[in-house]
This record gives sequence, C-alpha cells and structure tokens, in this order.
Amino acid sequence: MIVATVALERPHAETYLSAGTTARSWLLTTDHKRIGILYMVSITLMFLVGGVAATFMRITLLSPGGGVVAMETYNKLFTIHGVIMVWFFLIPSIPSVLGNFVLPMMLGARDVAFPRLNLASWYIFLAGSLFLLWTVVTGGVDTGWTFYTPYSTQYATSRVVSTTLGVFIVGFSSILTGLNFIVTTHRMRAPGLTWFRLPLFVWSLYATSLILVLATPVLGITLILVTIERWLGIGIFDPALGGDPLLFQHLFWFYSHPAVYIMILPGMGVISELIPTFSRKRLFGYTFVAGASIAIAVLGFLVWGHHMFTAGMSTHAALVFSMLSYLVAIPSAIKVFNWTATLYRGAVSFETPMLYAIGFIGLFTTGGMTGLFLASLAVDVHVTDTYFVIAHFHYIMVGGMVTAYMGGLHYWWPKISGRMYPENLGRLAAMTIFLGFNLTFFPQYILGYLGMPRRYAGYPPEFQVLNVLSTAGASILAVGYALPLAYLLWSLRYGERAGANPWGGTTLEWTTSSPPPEHNFEHTPIVTHGPYDYVRGPQGD
Amino acid sequence: MANIRVADRHAPAPQFDDLVQQREAAALGMWVFLVTEVMLFGGLFTVYTVYRWLHHPAFVEGSHHMALIAGAVNTAVLIASSFTMAQAVQRAQRGLRRGLLGFLASTALLGVVFLGLKAYEYWSHYAEGLVPGSPWTYAGPHSGPLQSFFFLYFAMTGLHAVHLTVGVGLVTGLIVLARRRRFTAAYHTPVEVIGLYWHLIDVIWVFLFPLFYLIG
Repeated sequence: MIVATVALERPHAETYLSAGTTARSWLLTTDHKRIGILYMVSITLMFLVGGVAATFMRITLLSPGGGVVAMETYNKLFTIHGVIMVWFFLIPSIPSVLGNFVLPMMLGARDVAFPRLNLASWYIFLAGSLFLLWTVVTGGVDTGWTFYTPYSTQYATSRVVSTTLGVFIVGFSSILTGLNFIVTTHRMRAPGLTWFRLPLFVWSLYATSLILVLATPVLGITLILVTIERWLGIGIFDPALGGDPLLFQHLFWFYSHPAVYIMILPGMGVISELIPTFSRKRLFGYTFVAGASIAIAVLGFLVWGHHMFTAGMSTHAALVFSMLSYLVAIPSAIKVFNWTATLYRGAVSFETPMLYAIGFIGLFTTGGMTGLFLASLAVDVHVTDTYFVIAHFHYIMVGGMVTAYMGGLHYWWPKISGRMYPENLGRLAAMTIFLGFNLTFFPQYILGYLGMPRRYAGYPPEFQVLNVLSTAGASILAVGYALPLAYLLWSLRYGERAGANPWGGTTLEWTTSSPPPEHNFEHTPIVTHGPYDYVRGPQGD
Repeated sequence: MANIRVADRHAPAPQFDDLVQQREAAALGMWVFLVTEVMLFGGLFTVYTVYRWLHHPAFVEGSHHMALIAGAVNTAVLIASSFTMAQAVQRAQRGLRRGLLGFLASTALLGVVFLGLKAYEYWSHYAEGLVPGSPWTYAGPHSGPLQSFFFLYFAMTGLHAVHLTVGVGLVTGLIVLARRRRFTAAYHTPVEVIGLYWHLIDVIWVFLFPLFYLIG
C-alpha cells in the first residue's frame, strides 16, 4: 500500500451541500452535483412505483388461476412496470445520477459544459414523470412497454396518449444529458488529461451519450406518429390505408435495442472503477476496455432486427441480424475477461461496492450468455415471448445495471454525502440482493424454456412451484433494496465522517474533499498519468 | 468604469477557463444537437422511403397535387436566407454591427416569406380535401395510400415549418441582442451557433423539395 490517503479534514470549509439549504437553492441549482441528487430522489420515487407494480404481478402469479387482480389490470401492471423501469429509472439511473455527480470531477472540471441545460433536463424528466403518474392514477395503460401497433393505435382503450407523450418528453431529458456529457468530455478536461488517461467510467458514459443522442430522436418521432394516429385517427401504421405495422417495430427497436446498451454500458463503467480500486491493481487491458465501450455502442445500432425474428422478416435479413448480434458478445466478453484478469494477483478486499462488482460479473455473464441463445434463430423461435426472455433481460438490467448502480452508489456515497454507510449492513444488503435476485429470476429461465409465455396473468398448474420460488425471491429482493434505502438515509446524519479518499481511489474525484466544494476543486488539477496507477497514486496533485 | 462593464459582460461563464473554450463548447453542443435533429427527421425519411417503395403509384399521384411554383419559389427563398445568414455571421465576426443587423433582419424576413407561402399551400390542399382526417374527401385513384403520402407531406414539411418558426424567433432574439450591442468581434457565439441551426433547416428543405415536388 503505497498511496498515502491523507484526509484533508477542514470541517468548516464550505461544501456544495452547505452552499445553500433552502428549497430554492436546490430547485434553481446549476451545480451538477446537486442535479445528480435531484435525479437520485426522483428516480428512487419512480423505482418505487415500478416496484409496486412488480409486487402485484408476483403476487398474482403465486397461483395458476391468478385472481388477485383482473386480467386487464395485470396487463396494466406489466406495462407500467416496464415503461417506468426502462425510461424513468434504468436509463437515467447511472448516467443522470452518478454520471452527473462524478463526470465533471473525474475530468477535473468545475461543472458540465452547460449547467443550465443540465437543470432543464431534470425539469423535463419531471414533466415526463408527471405524465406517467397521471396515466397511472387515471386508469393506466395496457399496451406493454413496446406500444406495438395496431393495438396501441386502434384497439387499446387505456391511456396510450399520455404515456407515449410522457416517454416522448422524457426522451429530451436523455438527449440533453447525452449532449452535455459529450461536450463536457471533449472540451472540459483538465490539463494533461488526454483521452487515454480518462477513467473508464468516462469512456462508458461517452459511449452511452453517443447512443442517447443518436437513438432517442428516432423513438421520439415514432411515438409522435403513434400519438397522432391514435389522436386524430390518421392511419400511418394502419394496414387498411396501406400502412405497415412492422415498420413501427423496426423504428421502435432501432431505438430500443441501442437503449439496452444505454442500460448496461454505464454499469460496465462503474464496474471498471470498482474492480481496480478494490484490487489495488491497474485495470488489465485499459485500451481494450475503453474501445469495447465504443464497439458496443456502434454494434448496438446494427442488431435491432433480432427482436423481430418471429414478426416477419426475410431469412437473409434474419441471418445477418443473428450474426451481428453474436458480434456484440465479443466486446462484452473482452470486458468480463479483463475485469477477471485484473483480480488475478490483486490485493482484493471485499467492501460492499466490491461485492456488488463481483456479483455484477456473474450476473452479467449469465444474462449475456443467454442473450446468445436468443440471438440464434432456431432457439429464438422456441423461446420468443417466454419467461426465458424475461429472465435474460432482467439478468442484464437488474442483475447488471441495478447491481452496478448500487455498487457505484456505495462507492461514491462518501463523496456525495461526506459520510460512510455502515459497512456490515452494506455487505448484508449486497448479499441479500444477490440471493433474492437469483431466486427470483433463475426459475424464470426454466419456466421460459418449458414454454411459459410472458404477459399472461395465469399459467398451467405444473408451473406453480417455480412461480412460487420466483415470488419468494422477489420478497427477499425487496428486503435487499429496502435496507440501503434505510441505512443510507440513516448515515446522512449518523454515519462516520468520510475522508477525502476512503477507498484509496486514483481518479480525480478522490483528490478533493468529501463532500466537495461548490466548484469541485480548490485549483484545477494538473494530470500527469493515467488512472489506476497504484504506484504513482492519484491522477492529479 | 464603462470598460470594466464591457469586460465583465464578456467574461466566460464560471465553468469555463476562457471565452475560446466557451465558444468551442457552444459550437460543439450545437453540432451534437444538429445530429439529433438529423436523426429526428431521419425517422420520417425512413417512413417516406418505405412507403414510397410500397405504394409507388400513389406517391407519383401525390406529387401531381403539389404547387410546384410555390415550392420552387420557397426553395429559392430559403437558399437566399442561408446566404444572408452566412453574411450575418461574417459581419458578426468582423464586429460590424450595422451589417449584422441588416443581414439578420433579411434572414428573418425571408423565413417569414417562406412560412407565408407554405401556409398558402396548406390552405389550398385543405380546399382540395387533401388533409388526412380533416376530413379526407379525395375520391380519385389510390385514395388509401395517398393519405399516407399526404400525412407524410404534412408531418415532414410541418415539422420543418415548426423548426423554421423557432429559427425566426431565435434570429429575432439575435436582432434584439445586437441592437443592445451585445456582440463584438471577440464575442458573437450565439450568432454562430444559431447560424448553424439555420443552415441545417435549409438543408432539410433542400431534401424535402425534390422528394415531394419533383420526383414522380
């Protein structure tokens, strides 16, 4: 251990938290750190709404006949769960919360390039959320999160318009965040911080931002077409007037498949910070891991067709999409191998963030491998629209992204709050989440392989044991998520005070005090070497 | 004292080290925004391409209902406005306030002329009953797919007109700021980035015009 982690304790120094304590000082703030916290509060509330919907679904699925809620209600539950978790939790989770908080500090900058635009994007997020909550309280929506036409445009009798408008609006929040991150990364780096000295979290946020700005506008215009068709009765996707409902699916997945990578790349970035920090070792193959983020972002735009293998597509197109989907596995595997190689002969310690990181590697690998099953045409025909698909993408999005979000939240919590969370409770929660998650979703792989279709409120009696196991797992998972909510709030007041660099991290955010001053650094840091260098220590002075 | 106020007005925002960094950030931000605009219109261009391929006769029929002369005049008007906008940016770079004001005003004026002509075209389509859902009264051949053609026509030229309206508003804002002597040879970033936006709106029209009016 060569790094001297001297905590520069200056208890009376002004921090970004003490710079103003009124509601006004928060609601009109342009400080990227405060905006990150505003996002944190909002997406946590949305997560609760989406979680309540999931709870009712799992309760309904306890018995084959359902019966707890009406079938129409069940349709609304999985729709709300999907819409909220995708657009109002996962997509903003790591970028808008942790990215907003950490990115400018990792770059040695005083703020993002456009602080007012950053605040505007939070208000846009809020406006979109209100549309969604209005949908929920006035009767819900039952189209599924994919809004497939012609059901969404002609037959559904639920609140389609307010939902699609809500998602359309929240898209602008994503676009503006992506735009801000791209410009910030290009133009706001501290002296000496070249591209290949950037922490890998920055690389992954950059790749994510590319997807956000390129894909989201296509979703926006597609949802507007659906809204107009439904509102004014003009049939742009209506076959009776020569429209093509499949075209909707192409446009939707042209956004939504890249969006899957919006929901995993930032998680990979967090893991790339956690693994070296808690192994006290330079990340193995830095250049490859950085390049893999960009490769995933690019390849992610070329594989949307694999969502439509059974929807009607020429054999040649299907073969090409299948091949390209396999290709995505290469950069993903590069990351997994490099993280694992970093652990080898490292001084590994198992603090809470590291437990999440190790859990991530296992869960992401499982989710990624089953993605290869789905990319192969013959297997996909067998398991399309079954619980196998549900399990696959929950392993990526919950097992991957939410796990990484939790890991990152614990890792940067001392920086955010200036306090340590209780370590033993943290470890307990991490293990509870890992166990609960696997118990919830592993049975769903089996259910799907046996043929249980998704989006039904009932099932044949022989599937009951696995469904009960899954619901039991969901209860454990709920406890696992409730624990951090409780102890993190507790730690705000009672947690042990954190020093500037409690983990011995090497990236620039650890060179400033915890919590940081309003403009992050006393003076702009000069960067002399790359990250994760445990011989030379932190990147800046 | 007056000098200090002028200097303050041109101090960089607190997150930037200097005005050069601030201008480069603003320009890059606008370029990224323009990319999102291309993707937004790109979705509609994709729909157009697919439907033109599916319903070729209806799209040929559709182009016969376009007011070719009005469209051609509008194309000339927008290209002229690109020229005046480019001139305005050039005047701003040289700190020539009077020239800047003149070219900004002509740019906004040309934008308004375009919107007026476009509104006239919309009105004549409405009179012919060619507006889907308003109601659609066309009874000739290919009535179903022709609705798709006209829906796309209104969606794409309408989205373009919305962007142009925003552009006219932004250029008007620049006129107000220029009158207050806010721009100098050292600081004229808003003129440059709004100029970029204006040119993109023009380029999009240069694609819309042949797709709807010319090819048949």
